[in-house]
Amino acid sequence: MRTQEPNVRIHNFDEVALGYTEEQAVAEAERCLNCKKKPCSSGCPVGVDIPGFIELIKERDFLGAAKKVKESNNLPAICGRVCPQEAQCEKYCALGKKGESVAIGRLERFVADRERECGVETPPLPEPQGKKVAVVGSGPAGLTVAADLAKLGYGVTMFEALHDPGGVLIYGIPQFRLPKEIVKGEIDYIKGLGVDLKVDSLIGRIQSVDELLADGYNAVFIGTGAGLPNFMNIPGENLNGVYSANEFLTRTNLMKAYQFPEYDTPIKVGKLAAVIGGGNVAMDSARCALRLGAEEVYIIYRRSEKEMPARAEEIEHAVEEGVKLNLLCAPTRIIGEDGWVKALECIKFELGEADESGRRRPVPIEGSEFIMEMDTVVMAIGNSPNPLISQTTPDLETGWRGILVADPETGLTTKPGVYAGGDIVTGAATVISAMGAGKRAAAAIDRYLKGDDS
Amino acid sequence: MYRIIERKDLSSTIKLMRIAAPEIAKKAQAGQFVILRIHDHGERIPMTIADFDRAQGTITIVFQVVGKSTEELATLKEGESILNFLGPLGQPSEIKKYGKAVCIGGGVGVAPIYPIARALHEAGNQVISIIGARNEKMLFYEEEMNSVSDHFHIVTDDGSRGNQGLVTDILCDLLESGEQIDLVFAIGPVPMMRAVAELTRGHGIKTFVSLNPIMVDGTGMCGGCRVSVGETSKFACVDGPDFDAHQVDFDQLLERQKMYCQEEQDSKEHWHQCKCRG
Ligand SMILES: Cc1cc2nc3c(=O)[nH]c(=O)nc-3n(C[C@H](O)[C@H](O)[C@H](O)COP(=O)(O)OP(=O)(O)OC[C@H]3O[C@@H](n4cnc5c(N)ncnc54)[C@H](O)[C@@H]3O)c2cc1C
Ligand SMILES: Cc1cc2nc3c(=O)[nH]c(=O)nc-3n(C[C@H](O)[C@H](O)[C@H](O)COP(=O)(O)OP(=O)(O)OC[C@H]3O[C@@H](n4cnc5c(N)ncnc54)[C@H](O)[C@@H]3O)c2cc1C
Ligand code: SF4
Ligand code: SF4
Ligand code: FES
Ligand SMILES: [Mg+2]
Repeated sequence: MRTQEPNVRIHNFDEVALGYTEEQAVAEAERCLNCKKKPCSSGCPVGVDIPGFIELIKERDFLGAAKKVKESNNLPAICGRVCPQEAQCEKYCALGKKGESVAIGRLERFVADRERECGVETPPLPEPQGKKVAVVGSGPAGLTVAADLAKLGYGVTMFEALHDPGGVLIYGIPQFRLPKEIVKGEIDYIKGLGVDLKVDSLIGRIQSVDELLADGYNAVFIGTGAGLPNFMNIPGENLNGVYSANEFLTRTNLMKAYQFPEYDTPIKVGKLAAVIGGGNVAMDSARCALRLGAEEVYIIYRRSEKEMPARAEEIEHAVEEGVKLNLLCAPTRIIGEDGWVKALECIKFELGEADESGRRRPVPIEGSEFIMEMDTVVMAIGNSPNPLISQTTPDLETGWRGILVADPETGLTTKPGVYAGGDIVTGAATVISAMGAGKRAAAAIDRYLKGDDS
Repeated sequence: MYRIIERKDLSSTIKLMRIAAPEIAKKAQAGQFVILRIHDHGERIPMTIADFDRAQGTITIVFQVVGKSTEELATLKEGESILNFLGPLGQPSEIKKYGKAVCIGGGVGVAPIYPIARALHEAGNQVISIIGARNEKMLFYEEEMNSVSDHFHIVTDDGSRGNQGLVTDILCDLLESGEQIDLVFAIGPVPMMRAVAELTRGHGIKTFVSLNPIMVDGTGMCGGCRVSVGETSKFACVDGPDFDAHQVDFDQLLERQKMYCQEEQDSKEHWHQCKCRG
């Protein structure tokens, strides 16, 4: 796939991956064997009919292919760009065993972009059902529930705390990986389905879940994500120059600090930046830091590259851009001067025995501490669910780190009429798994409101 | 969009705005705040709820012009609108019957102390209020504060109104006179809140302060507002903004408030240049 050259792209926030040309897409599609058993589809959390849509690409029926994908995936332009395909659909591709898997994600992106360029039409809406559903949170889980229920004729109101809808797709994942115009397009489509979107509405403060139910909503879906940033609790974490990845990315993406002072929100990145963590969030922070002017950017990760949870393509792009991977080490303290970060002390690790997840556990090497000069530190070590909803809704049961307890098949929580899905239930996961949970919850809510389920 | 119903100059740099936000007004309680954004290039600015009117569906904010965003906010007129207005945020102040409560407001901090003093008064406390400003022209809410106080003191730096001196001078006198005080609530510049905390610590009087670290989302999502309270780090927007004054690391808060000093200057200059070019 074509990309912007690394030395060019580190000076802008434009999209890195430029996508296939028509000829490239058809050539890639031709490689697909159209396997009867569809092993690839079984690796997709929402079961996209992969050989089905690829066949249509071979026939150059790109719009037909997009429709095919959309039968099971509402947001293909987004998933094609951000799914960890190498761990999902492409992992199971028959061609992957010997050579290279079919680039399913890139093909999905290609047909979705084609469809968008031609103008997406809103499907005819069914007769209103006369029942109302409140959707809390407008990330991929909430967007999926809202779209599916609106298409079934329910009156859907979506409440979002921030001033722009989209959840992590808007505030977290940077422009150069997922252009915001694409997310806006999807949201316009959902509004076109008649969904009433209320931004600036923090549920738990402006109205509680119980008040929504009392207010005439027949069901509530909670898709509030895992937005509470974790810190390491090491000395120096409250120095100036230390950010959570959420703050760093929110300033950069949602608030457009990369266009400061055209946009009012500032961000501060010095010459030397360290990002702690090895996931997508860490890669995104590191690549933003480079684009915001840092001269050297380090990823500090406890395990080895093989264990990094980030998408393979993001690690590859980050390294191409000059991000340095400092593996098998972790910070022990942040050293300050006059209130500002001055240096980072880290300790080295070696890989020991495998743990429950099969990954070899990193063990600190005593006395191996070393100091790196630094002026920005970004903590990207994971997020937990925000406790506001559970604190203000007494009969919602919570589990590990405050996740909401919900039935994996239906999303039903411990409170009748209240469903949940996405990161709030699973802990930080993926866009497509949040959408999958949204699809299942929408179907369950439909059954519940029709009285087939009680 | 949120309409500005009323706009008033309380002093040359302190402005009052009453904004139509019926859903927030329904829920607002003393001690909570809102986050607003003027337009789609704007930053998210936190402002304490200085008053609310549930019947009229309005929220009052009182702000001091200190930089680009507050200067721009001050240019808006009655009838104009603000793009985003989110709230009520934060934990409400802990209002109950303590006995005798001293409410201290310094500078623009008089605005947020007012609903707290009122609520404490309504809860049956005896309220002693102390408000301070640089000079007479910077004073506001005198009548409002007086109406909810059993005893009321005014101080100015230059003595142009009330006593000359600092709010802590009056507090010191009260403490030394041996008066039984059950609660102190102080809102104002960080050095003032720190000084109050130092005074009451020795007397073992429960003291609350309302902290104003730099915020972004105000919902607990970014952690930018973290403050050290005792041994732990708290997010002021969701755990606060009120905290036990004797536990707060005020020096760290002062440092953190300065994080973007340079950028804030640049932002203001950039805006002034744009305005000149028309
Ligand atoms: C930087 C970053 C990069 C990522 N990269 C990838 C990737 O490449 N591929 C991938 O598959 N996944 C990625 N992920 C993970 C993925 O984005 C999440 O798993 C997914 O967004 C979860 O969706 P959700 O709908 O559950 O919640 P979210 O996307 O978190 O959305 C929740 C929404 O609810 C709102 N909200 C919260 N509380 C309230 C409330 N009380 N009232 C009203 N609204 C509320 C929030 O403001 C937010 O908008 C990434 C995550 C981050 C942070
Ligand atoms: C919970 C809370 C309640 C507040 N209530 C009031 C109030 O009732 N009246 C009032 O006048 N002010 C209040 N403030 C402070 C107000 O938000 C800042 O003065 C304002 O954001 C400054 O913006 P500016 O662009 O004009 O100034 P800038 O030049 O950008 O900043 C001036 C100073 O204001 C502070 N500041 C800047 N940005 C922020 C931000 N995003 N969040 C918090 N502080 C910031 C910094 O310390 C900075 O040095 C409150 C702050 C908080 C956190
Ligand atoms: S949605 Fe994701 S996992 Fe499913 S086919 Fe598309 S890229 Fe693969
Ligand atoms: S497994 Fe690979 S080759 Fe087979 S149908 Fe799926 S994408 Fe095509
Ligand atoms: S302002 Fe972001 S967590 Fe408090
Ligand atoms: Mg500002």
